[in-house]
Amino acid sequence: MSAIKFHLNGEIIQKTSGQSLAELASDLELTKKKFAIEMNGEIIPKSLHASTLIEEDAVIEIVHAVGGG
Amino acid sequence: MSEVLQIGSRSFSSRLLVGTGKYKDLEETRDAIIASGAEIVTVAIRRTNIGQNADEPNLLEFISPDKWTILPNTAGCFNAEDAIRTCMLARELLDGHNLVKLEVLGEQKTLYPNMTHTISAAKTLIEDGFEVMVYCSDDPIFCKELDDMGCVSVMPLASPIGSGLGVVNPHTISIILENSSKPIIVDAGVGTASDAAIAMELGCEGVLMNTAIAKAKDPILMAEAMKDAVISGRKAFLAGRMQKTEYGNASSPTEGLIE
Repeated sequence: MSAIKFHLNGEIIQKTSGQSLAELASDLELTKKKFAIEMNGEIIPKSLHASTLIEEDAVIEIVHAVGGG
Repeated sequence: MSEVLQIGSRSFSSRLLVGTGKYKDLEETRDAIIASGAEIVTVAIRRTNIGQNADEPNLLEFISPDKWTILPNTAGCFNAEDAIRTCMLARELLDGHNLVKLEVLGEQKTLYPNMTHTISAAKTLIEDGFEVMVYCSDDPIFCKELDDMGCVSVMPLASPIGSGLGVVNPHTISIILENSSKPIIVDAGVGTASDAAIAMELGCEGVLMNTAIAKAKDPILMAEAMKDAVISGRKAFLAGRMQKTEYGNASSPTEGLIE
């Protein structure tokens, strides 16, 4: 399997190619938490995480809720 | 007294809205929020940890969206585009929940809002189906404009965010209240219970605060104090205060005095 490189929350990450956003969320132990994913400036709805593959050089942001006023 | 606070399509019985920032830990956050009796709780949207502290507890495990109305904010955004993006991520994160607190800051030092960007972001968000509660300057003209645009609540600052200076300009708050058709909620600047009571006595529909509770020596006790202050202030407003007079006016009869 070839490797791909992408940006995740400002850091460069390398993974095997063909990974979906759902697999990435699972690797990050986010599955049971509330989070949202944006890839290349577009929000990817939860219903599409399993079918959306991470592209080479993708810019991915994953956010959650934290304390704030 | 069973009054309802109507914000857009939602109704509430508590008029105290609280933030979740600056607490010692998530247990203290939850305990203070329970003590405050607040039903609307603000949160911020930030990047998740990637790898490091993966098992770190999550705020929404302590403050469940099933029990509280979560109000995601756009704190830290300095332009309309970032604020809109944050609201959209929040809506996805919260499964389509469309109530947001819009704040677009103008500068780091005072944290005063950038009103041009605030108005522009509010317009886009309302068109996209969001119910927008908007943090803004205590300027009657801007507040009226946001009200007319269709924001579900207009939230002028009492004084700068986190300053604890209280309601520094009650006269402008009164003018804003005269012109409003939506709930006016004082957001930011409240320092102690009397500040919250003053805002409510002026006729505000609610008060939103974070630091005043989180940075009190005893946040749980201050949360209780704020809950009582907001209720007292509201009752005093509804009761209608006596007229002020310059000189003394005896409370006891002036006739029948013993000679």
